[in-house]
Amino acid sequence: MNNLTIKKYVSVKSDALRINGEIALANGSSADFGEFMKHIYHFYKVSYLKFFKMDALSKLGFIASKVLLIDDDSSRFEPEEKAIVVANRSSSLNTDVKYNQSISEIPSPAVFVYTLPNILQGEISIHHNMKGENAFFVQEKPDVPFLVNYVNILFKTTRTKKVIAGWIEVDVNNFYQAFLMDVEESDNNSLIANFDIDLIQNQLFTE
Amino acid sequence: MEDLKEKLKAQLIEQLNLEDITPADINSSDPLFGEGLGLDSIDALEIIVLLQKEYGIKIEDTKKGKEIFQSIDTLAAYIEANKKS
Repeated sequence: MNNLTIKKYVSVKSDALRINGEIALANGSSADFGEFMKHIYHFYKVSYLKFFKMDALSKLGFIASKVLLIDDDSSRFEPEEKAIVVANRSSSLNTDVKYNQSISEIPSPAVFVYTLPNILQGEISIHHNMKGENAFFVQEKPDVPFLVNYVNILFKTTRTKKVIAGWIEVDVNNFYQAFLMDVEESDNNSLIANFDIDLIQNQLFTE
Repeated sequence: MEDLKEKLKAQLIEQLNLEDITPADINSSDPLFGEGLGLDSIDALEIIVLLQKEYGIKIEDTKKGKEIFQSIDTLAAYIEANKKS
């Protein structure tokens, strides 16, 4: 197995969308979460009406993955060779609370279907035709050594040739943060950064 | 009946998060599912909730759902015939 490399990475926080550490779209008007997600959606001319039906966690994961893979030729790999490994702190609590509140009247089926965090991976997998490993972890804080180790094992022991890996968090107070990396074996043409614990933990993730 | 159809269009857009679609974009006789508005099974459940919440109507015979949910025309006709006076 060749060394693993980060081909591209994307972060979304309340102040901006960043690609490879550089601001690609600032949230200049400090729009709320929904408005900022919609702004990114229109800015990148995404056409996927189901986006508007998603809960906050899935919207954040979907939009981060869409920007991450927007120029990627996904047909280079079989669907079974493309995996997603994501973690967060609050699971789907933001939506769970909304669903719980709706129970006092008539529960909403459209809210209920998002009361699991890994639904966001389903949305990404369907859109990008990814059928490989699909793992979601709930952690107190981002555990980069765990993530890097898990992804390395995937490449070594399975058919995996591409992994979307990172952190997608939306808490009950609507604080949100997405950080996704596109990880592949190095071909020396598209190296952004080595898939290295210290680099991700101390630099990329905090940008 | 026309007022009801317009109200239904607005309610569906709001309830089903049909972004960038206005009531004027929805033809009353167009299919709601499949080729028409492209609604799915979760949307069907949301419409059932909408009927119950807004019009006090419960669909007792689920086999009739396909017929009732065919279009705005059929949905309005069903509400008109079954709404609580």
